[in-house]
Amino acid sequence: MSELVDKQRAAVAEMGDTFSPKRDHHVHPPHLAHHFDTPEQQFSSGKLGMWAFLATELLMFGGLFCAYGVYRHNHPEVFMYAHHYLSTFWGAVNTVILISSSFTMAWGVRCAQLGETRKLVILLALTLLGGFGFMIIKGIEYAEKYQHDVWIGAGNMYHKNYHGDHLPQEPPANQPDPTMDLSGQRAEGEPFASPAAEARGAVGGAGMAFEAGRPVPHDPNLPSPAAEGPQRLRRFGPEWIDPHAGTGDEARIRPTQVIPAGLAPDVVHQHEMELAYAQLPEFERDRISTFFSIYFVMTGLHGIHVLVGMGLIAWVLFRAWGGEFGPAYFAPVDLVGLYWHLVDLIWIFLFPLLYLIH
Amino acid sequence: MADPIQAVPTPGSGAHAHGGESHIASDPHHVHVVPMKILVGVFALLLVLTVLTVAVTMVDFGRTANVWLALGIAVAKAAAVALYFMHLRWDSPFNGLILISALFFVALFIGVVVLDAKEYYINYQPPITQSPQ
Repeated sequence: MSELVDKQRAAVAEMGDTFSPKRDHHVHPPHLAHHFDTPEQQFSSGKLGMWAFLATELLMFGGLFCAYGVYRHNHPEVFMYAHHYLSTFWGAVNTVILISSSFTMAWGVRCAQLGETRKLVILLALTLLGGFGFMIIKGIEYAEKYQHDVWIGAGNMYHKNYHGDHLPQEPPANQPDPTMDLSGQRAEGEPFASPAAEARGAVGGAGMAFEAGRPVPHDPNLPSPAAEGPQRLRRFGPEWIDPHAGTGDEARIRPTQVIPAGLAPDVVHQHEMELAYAQLPEFERDRISTFFSIYFVMTGLHGIHVLVGMGLIAWVLFRAWGGEFGPAYFAPVDLVGLYWHLVDLIWIFLFPLLYLIH
Repeated sequence: MADPIQAVPTPGSGAHAHGGESHIASDPHHVHVVPMKILVGVFALLLVLTVLTVAVTMVDFGRTANVWLALGIAVAKAAAVALYFMHLRWDSPFNGLILISALFFVALFIGVVVLDAKEYYINYQPPITQSPQ
């Protein structure tokens, strides 16, 4: 302790006048702020502050993980169903990208500590590239969800206020029934449903309305679905289903029976989703859109963090380019690295929790 | 100028090499550099665990077991990142304490909320859906 006091006294003595302009540019090394005694103290203080900040970040994401936990605990079937909309492939690729960029970042910190400026610049550029790659893939995923109407809030076809603005099939204007029709010409114009529609029509039905309908805002003044022809199909979730398929076991079994052989894999997938949807308890179907809310808020907040991290890396890259970092001063590289690793850390949990549900 | 590489502790020499008061007033080059071997090793481990976590999803261990398995692998990966990439293994233990206390409070929060949600789940009634007839 006395050593520090001596140092401070010596510094004060050298400074002379307290208000001298020399004050900020005296005694200390170029990057040492005058309120720190030593570069080590400055570095460890900065690091402590960064960790305190990262703790608050974890608490913020903790709230979202909490929402996730409660919702998944109460509605495991919904998660089983809805996670099929997420691409495990893209999720895994993004995981590898983030882990790789974390690796180049940690390597970059090492290079900064060793004063290898050229390598540091290259590694920071690679890290930044990883950030771009991650965001581009996230953009591809988001765009796909937007196109398929599994978007946020009422833009999600499972949402109770869904307007169906982006639906490829709209009920014809001259059809008074508000439930989404798929009959006659429309069935033929629908590439996915038409073979299945014919098959369903041939099998016939028990005549009971299948109450799956999202989105089917029903107007009681209009004819009931049962009054229509046997080939009417009602829009539900990912595809169309026969309203006369009956309920209970009959409805559960039928969708598999009508998958025609030799269909393209994505069409088969559609039918599998129909089957899965039919197996969901009715009251759970209303909750599917909440899965997507959780998905978009969690990955969205994480994506914002990736963007912020990319900005920070670009800033550090710019400074590294100027040769500012070396063994004596590398704190910005290290602390930005900590932030980037935290972003990686959160994704490490998001990937299995959202994409890999079994 | 001191060679910073000399500051690298040999494996097993202890995480405390730079903790405490001892190096407060020491030279500015006294920094811990993570050996390349460790960085590459941790990177490889993370890739292996990523493949593993995708692979175990394809095997049915039961719904609960699969969740805990996925979480366990994620925790292992997170620990590797925190200890080596984030340097906590060689840092002042206080930084690790901050991380652990944050995780503790997150766990406390989620734990208590899940307990509460369970209580309400007993009374949970599916909403009555009306037939459009």
